[in-house]
Order: sequence, then C-alpha cells, then structure tokens
Amino acid sequence: MAGDKVDPVHQFVVNKIVPIEIGGIDFSFTNASLFMFATLAVATAFLYLTTSTRSLVPGRMQSVSEISYEFIASMLREGAGSHGMKFFPMVFSLFMFILTANMLGMVPYFFTVTSQIIVTFALALFVIGTVLFYGFYKHGLGFLNVFVPSGVPGILLPLVIAIEVISFLSRPISLSVRLFANMLAGHITLKVFAGFVASLGTLGALGIGGAILPLIMTVALTGLEFLVSFLQAYVFAVLTCMYLNDAVHPGGH
Amino acid sequence: MFVTAAYAQSTTTEGAETHDAAAGEVHTETGVAHEGGHGSGVFPPFDSSTFASQLLWLAITFGLFYLLMSKVVMPRIGGILETRNDTIARDLDDAARSKAEADAAIAAYEQELAAAKAKGNAIASEAREAAKAKATADRTAVEASLNKKISAAEARIADIKTKALADVGAIAEETATAVVEQLIGGKVSKAEIASAVKASAK
Repeated sequence: MAGDKVDPVHQFVVNKIVPIEIGGIDFSFTNASLFMFATLAVATAFLYLTTSTRSLVPGRMQSVSEISYEFIASMLREGAGSHGMKFFPMVFSLFMFILTANMLGMVPYFFTVTSQIIVTFALALFVIGTVLFYGFYKHGLGFLNVFVPSGVPGILLPLVIAIEVISFLSRPISLSVRLFANMLAGHITLKVFAGFVASLGTLGALGIGGAILPLIMTVALTGLEFLVSFLQAYVFAVLTCMYLNDAVHPGGH
Repeated sequence: MFVTAAYAQSTTTEGAETHDAAAGEVHTETGVAHEGGHGSGVFPPFDSSTFASQLLWLAITFGLFYLLMSKVVMPRIGGILETRNDTIARDLDDAARSKAEADAAIAAYEQELAAAKAKGNAIASEAREAAKAKATADRTAVEASLNKKISAAEARIADIKTKALADVGAIAEETATAVVEQLIGGKVSKAEIASAVKASAK
C-alpha cells in the first residue's frame, strides 16, 4: 500500500488471517482475534507464572500480580461494598484484559484490540447487562429504585426520574466510547507525530533538524499513552464498580 | 466524505490535544489513504463487516480469560495472600505469647527478688534487735553491779570516814592534853579537853 507510512488509520484495519464464514456471517480469524488471544495469553501467563512459586515473601513480579489483585479488590470493596465482592472475578478480568490489551497496543506494529468500538461496546454492554440482570434477579422490581433518588420533592420527581433513566441509558455509550476514543486518538496522535519525523527527515539537513521537535513530541506522547493505557483500564474498572454498586444497593443514592 | 466527517467528529470530542492530530489526519485521509484502500473504504473501527467476527472472538477470548481468572489465577493469588496473612497473624500471636511469657517471668523474678529482700531485711532487723536487747541487758547488769560496788565502796568510805573522824577526836584530845600539859604543866580534865576539841571541830 502506497499510503502505509503516512496513513495513521491503517493500524486499525482488521485483516482476515483465516477466513471463516458461518451461515453467511463473517467470523474470520483476524489480526484483531489474534491480539485478543495475545492479550489472553500474555495476561494469563504473567499472572500464572509470576505466582507459580507461591512465595511467602513475594519477588518483584509476584508483587505486581498481588498488587493488581489487591488493587481491584479494594476498589470493588470501596465502590460496591462487601456484597459486591461476588463480582470480583468479573472486575478483575475486565481490568486485566483491558490493561493488557492497551499495553500490547503500545508495541509498534501491534494491533490495539481496545481501539475497536465494537469491542469496548461489547465489554460495556457486558457490564450493564450484568448490572441489569443481577439487579432485577436480586431485587425484582425494587431495582427500579435506582431511578428514584431519595429525598427529592414530589414535583421534581418525574424530571429527576427522566434524568436518571437517560443517564443510565448513556452509561454503556460513555463507558465504551471513553475507552475506544482514548485509545484511538492516542494512537493516531502518536502515528501522526511519528509520521512528521519520517517525512521531515527526507527533506535534507534542515528537515532533519526540524524533525527533532516532532521526535521529542513522539517520545513524550509515548509516555503519556502508557499512562492513558493504564488510566483507561482503571477508569473502566472504577466505573464498573460504581455501576455494580447500583445493582447491589439499588436504593443507595 | 462521510467517513472523514465521522472520524473528525469522533476524535475532536477527545479534546484539544487530539484536535490538531485529527485535523491533520483529515487532510491525510482525504489526500492519500483511500487510494491505497482498506477494502471496504470505511473508517476501520466503524467497519461493521468486522463486527460479527470481533464479537465472536472477543466472547471466546474474554470468556476463556474470565474462566482462567476465576478458576485458576484468582484462587491462587487469593490463596497466597491468605497464607501470608495467616502466617503473619500466627507469628504475631507467637510473638505476643512469648512476650507474655517473658513478662510473666520478669514479674516472678521481681516478686522473688522483693520477697528475698524483705526476708533479708527481716533477718537483719531481727539480728539488730537481738543485739540491741543483749547490749541493753548487759549494760543494765554491768550498771547494777557497778552501782552495787559503788554503794559498797561509798558505805566503806563513810565507815572509814566516821572511824577516822572519831580517831581524829581522840588524837586531837591526846594532842591537846599533851600541848596543854607542856604549856601549862597542869593536868586538865579529860572532859574539858573533849568539849574544847568538839567546840573547835565545829
């Protein structure tokens, strides 16, 4: 492809590796699928291998696994209380999966799984679906209390309920778009500045001198993107905890 | 056109920093990208032809990941942490017990020390009292015997004194008789001399 070098969007293209078609629907194994498996493998292998010695006094790597575990545990306990701890595997899996996918995406030439809106939307729907399912399963219609904040005067109630319903419905959208857009924008920005370095570099001595600025920018942005990668996984997990809190304590506004 | 518009929108929502990039990107997109072509020509993340495949593989991988986490990894890490907490709690208990034992031993030691001290003091004061009593008794006995000796001596002295005084009277009478005989050559009666001596002795 002629435009490869200067096309910052090319990195998001999903290519078929093994074409599979079932019932007329395309279920091909793609580079996205490949990196989903890579995420699965890397995250599982890290967590599994670092804890294989089960040392009483943890080494560095084991500490990382333990810290992640306790980090999510305390986040969930603070966000949704001790009753929310039954969702611990779910929040932990979401956090580790997103974090690993984001971090893998930082490796040059690697596909970023979380830069696909369908992936983040599916994860967000999984969260909201769990909230809805568990909420109605546990509290029945009492779960609808989640839309009725306590201590609101009767006249305002219809308005407030409408706002609450809209905010609830927008949750899967905001949850998925936040992650998707952050990863997408970050990677495009990186690629654009890196592209400047390459194209300025071809313009002779003056161009090489001028290429230093975007190069510094690229280095700085790379650091920022690692931060964003972690932060977005964290934000996703925190919001998941907050939404799960609604499912566990629907009246607890 | 739709593609770039949608894309510009999606990125510009991300704030000022990415705005520039997005703007730059729009130009690149329109200029170059689609000549190379991405197959369908849609902005890749919004290419719905890949959605079904992505959903399927996400469900498979995330489902597998969830299972591995909840069945293998999390019980393992949880177990490690639990074992550690148990060990720490047990060690702390042991330490607390050892400390209690040490404290008890110290208390017993102090108690015994105090008892021994008290006993020592008692023995010492007893001995002191006994010695004092004996000394007092000895002193009174000595004093008594001394007093007896003194009174005996005084009695003897008084006896000797009276005897001596009596002797003095006789001697004075004899001397006076002799002196008077020598001086006046006559005899003076014994009674007169005795009364004269008695008178001068007063």
